[in-house]
Amino acid sequence: MTGPVGPPRRKDPTRRTRLPVTPPGNRSREAHGLAAMAAAGRFALQCCRRCGHVHYPPRQLCERCLDGELEWRDVADGGRVLAETTVRHANDLYFRERLPWKLGLVGSDAGPSIVAHLAEGCERGRRVRLALHLDRAGNAVVAASPERDASRDDPRLREMVFDPRGRRVLVVDGTTGLGRHLVEAFLASGAREVFAGFSRPWNRSPDLAALRGREGVSVYPLDVTDTDAVEKLAALIGDKVEILVNNSSHVRMGGALDRLDFNITRQEMEIHYHGLLRLAGYFGPVMRARGADGPYGAVAWVNMFSAWSLVNNPELGTYSASQAAALSLSHCMRAELAAGGVRVVNVFAGPLDDEWHQLVPPPKLDPATVAARVVRGLERGLEDIAVGAVAEEIAHRLAENPKEIERSIRL
Amino acid sequence: MDSRTGEAGILARLLEGLLSGRIRIVDLTVTLDQRTPTIVLPPELGQTWPFRIEEISRYDRRGPATYWNNFSCGEHTGTHFDAPVHWISGRDLPDNTTDTIPPAKFLATAAVIDCSRDARADPDYLLTVDRVEEWEGIHGPIPPRSWLLMRTDWSLRTDPEAFLNMGDEGANTPGPHPDLIPWLISERDVIGFGSEAVGTDAGQAPHFPIPFPCHHHMHGNNRFGLPGLCNLDQLPPHGTLLITAPLKIRQGSGSPLRALALVEEQADD
Amino acid sequence: MSGTRPPGGTAPRTGYDGVAVCAPVTVPYRRYSIRSAHWFCGQALAGLLARAGIGKDEVDGFCVSSFTLEPDSAVGLMQHLGVSPRWLDHVPMGGASGAVALRRAARAVQAGDAEIVACIGADTNHVDSFRRTIATFSQFANDAVYPYGSGGPNASFAFLTDHYMHSHGAEREDFGRLCIAQRRNAAALPHAMLRRPLTMEAYLTARLIADPLRLFDCVMPCAGAEAFLVMSTERARALDLPHAAILSTMERHNAFPDDPIQVRGGWAREVDSFYDMAGLGPGDMDLVQAYDDYPVICFMQLEDLGFCARGEAPALVRERDLTTAGDFPFNTCGGQLSAGQAGAAGGFLGLVETLRQLTDEVLGTAVEGARHGLVSCFGMITYDRGLCSSAAILGRSGA
Repeated sequence: MTGPVGPPRRKDPTRRTRLPVTPPGNRSREAHGLAAMAAAGRFALQCCRRCGHVHYPPRQLCERCLDGELEWRDVADGGRVLAETTVRHANDLYFRERLPWKLGLVGSDAGPSIVAHLAEGCERGRRVRLALHLDRAGNAVVAASPERDASRDDPRLREMVFDPRGRRVLVVDGTTGLGRHLVEAFLASGAREVFAGFSRPWNRSPDLAALRGREGVSVYPLDVTDTDAVEKLAALIGDKVEILVNNSSHVRMGGALDRLDFNITRQEMEIHYHGLLRLAGYFGPVMRARGADGPYGAVAWVNMFSAWSLVNNPELGTYSASQAAALSLSHCMRAELAAGGVRVVNVFAGPLDDEWHQLVPPPKLDPATVAARVVRGLERGLEDIAVGAVAEEIAHRLAENPKEIERSIRL
Repeated sequence: MDSRTGEAGILARLLEGLLSGRIRIVDLTVTLDQRTPTIVLPPELGQTWPFRIEEISRYDRRGPATYWNNFSCGEHTGTHFDAPVHWISGRDLPDNTTDTIPPAKFLATAAVIDCSRDARADPDYLLTVDRVEEWEGIHGPIPPRSWLLMRTDWSLRTDPEAFLNMGDEGANTPGPHPDLIPWLISERDVIGFGSEAVGTDAGQAPHFPIPFPCHHHMHGNNRFGLPGLCNLDQLPPHGTLLITAPLKIRQGSGSPLRALALVEEQADD
Repeated sequence: MSGTRPPGGTAPRTGYDGVAVCAPVTVPYRRYSIRSAHWFCGQALAGLLARAGIGKDEVDGFCVSSFTLEPDSAVGLMQHLGVSPRWLDHVPMGGASGAVALRRAARAVQAGDAEIVACIGADTNHVDSFRRTIATFSQFANDAVYPYGSGGPNASFAFLTDHYMHSHGAEREDFGRLCIAQRRNAAALPHAMLRRPLTMEAYLTARLIADPLRLFDCVMPCAGAEAFLVMSTERARALDLPHAAILSTMERHNAFPDDPIQVRGGWAREVDSFYDMAGLGPGDMDLVQAYDDYPVICFMQLEDLGFCARGEAPALVRERDLTTAGDFPFNTCGGQLSAGQAGAAGGFLGLVETLRQLTDEVLGTAVEGARHGLVSCFGMITYDRGLCSSAAILGRSGA
């Protein structure tokens, strides 16, 4: 795996598809703390609460003062390569198929020496930038890139991010404002093709008309409440989808007590929960099987969630609940897709500035901003992406005191 | 056979007609599937469920000997029956729900007026009293307690998008003129109005002085609606017997049904 | 990184007077085996009993080192072997276990806690056991090395080698000289994995494993056992066993944790007291055995133990003859690089070989007139460096 990956090519039908295997996935509980940091794109290491000493690899107590409380803090992400090697022999199946593989021992500015994957251009003695990434097994690893001009086509880094470049992307609902911007953002990121679904053919959306004429975009009917439609589309393009973005959404105001309408709640569940389940059932298996199908194989499943999936906003109470159901399902999918090296990316967005959030006070998110953040997050390999002040605040408050936010969240 | 005399009765003669082919059955029903269009309303209103179907088992581990499905849909999906209670104007009438309508009302004759050329020329075509009177001048009057079926060939639009034909100001589909329905009730005593579009009213009917006049007047007078029909081109102007029994849903406002037409072939001799 | 040492043990150390090491036993190595580690331990014990002419019950102490006894430890092994020792130790220090086992056993004998201690390093090698061993080697390795594809210590030693070469201007040929000399020493060892002479060209052009390491820089995993007995000198004499004296030992773990990359081991911290105890210096050693899973670590041991200055090991191997017939006999049975690495037995190899040389029980080629031998052991790369350093100086009995 040296030298940049070439452009995507059509598949040679006579060759056996490379079966997905994943890097060694056995990690300690402490090490999974790194995954939480990697998921959010942070470069954080364990620091002693008492003496501040920075630790790596993860552990449970301070090696300097033996204090038992270490906390994750963002630390300087610079470093220098102390030594490097190119591994040309590996017993592990994942690496065997990807040799040669460059590794380095990096003296980090934060303190510890760190064994890291080396991107091209990271030679001994050079300054590098360290980042936590999720590997194909979904576990955190450290990768070093050149301080400047890191290439998106670096084959080792591509294994750790979900770069849309050269890949084919399904945007489940391409006709919403967000969907349209997602399509454009993926095209701008270099996606090879975007499949855009639309759920209501009679809906005279100008977005649909524009999509139909957009180069690089194919438009397909796709109603996630319709098992048959999902199955048929999966049969048509399922083996070409390398990134799937489920942005189907059904926003309605209302809580549990004062709006006894199961049509709305059923529709919420049909779209958010069963819709995701239908997509998972028909698109998931082939994506999982194509997780190692060359440098442009299936790589990520993106779920667009509301930040209120994390904590219920009673003014959109049943909506929040159906989002939470889907969020839980995404964790199941994450475990199942991991076998193929396909990662589940959950995006938590605050309210969009669209027709379904008319009564929601600002800040509201421009769909273009959300789309850009999603694509940027995929390029960086993030697993949890909080977009917007509302989502970020919810994440922070939840981490701090879930009871507080549970009691006080309102529009 | 007459149960007392043993002579061939009406039903036997009907059966003989069916077996001999002198009476033809025309199926006026569209096939229900997931693409069956349902009426498009402003999204903030309550919505009808589209037709959805999930397999329970198909001779597999879920049921080795059995194939069957669960399905769900709104009462007003596909070819369906509108009961008077469907509209607020018919809310307080007696026997106005699918379970209380006297079953005799599910058999009735039908007059079929061909508006296919008009609808082809103008998707917003409205059937007027004048047009009906002109038709009666040729074919004879609509008999009392008969259905009036408006043939537009709209059912040939199998693509949901073309079928619903949504525009900026709503759907553009043919239907009855606002003046026609009161006239049909008071002057012709029809049992109901049937059409090939997604509803009995025209696509632009929400904008009429009395919105949805067909629903308003028909149901307000305890009459019925029969939208989503097909194969009306196979029916003669007069002489059709319609069988239109909805599912017996308690307090039901309507239901998908199998609409069958019995047509007597003209004797060649 | 200068020569300053943190204050180590300064109290005067008691010597190992009256303690004898004897009965070097090797269970011949094989590349793969369907036998278990228990079997190799048992074969080693049988060899020890046969060599000493004693019964099983006379061994009342055991010190065991093995990676592949799992799920057993030395405890379960006792039931397998049908023995009832009154003193038992398990030394999980891999490559450093030989000298550590020796010093533990010697103190037990000296104190009268045990009379005869069998020290055994043994491992089996099933087709997949090396991969399994490294896949679960340590928490840090699991979390921060193994997932990077290095597949065990190759990458770690590639880093150390790369850094050493760059820091000190060492050439590939310098490591080659060491490997070639060791291979020559192995020529007469019947069970060595690699006995055919190694040419510099073959060394330099061998298959790359992890740059700059090539095939002959890496040990070959195999199955086998090494063992010896520790008892009182009196007892050894009574049994008519040739034996050696223990002149000094040391161990040090996780030395220099603040070095960003390993450039030295625990030897550097202990070296003065180590030689003081023996009353000898590096120049008094007639032969040296150093742990050699990769040649760079030999260089570090030679430097840390005072055979040359830091960074001068390349010059040493250029100027000296490391063969048994040479002026600097080094890894005289060929070391692990030729004999193979039988897991934890690799940590015993240098000690057993030194004992053979000093008791004239050599399997390969003897070093003429050898009186003092230094054994250096190194083990357990749990993350980016080897944590365990140990060493011993043995002397010919009566020397």
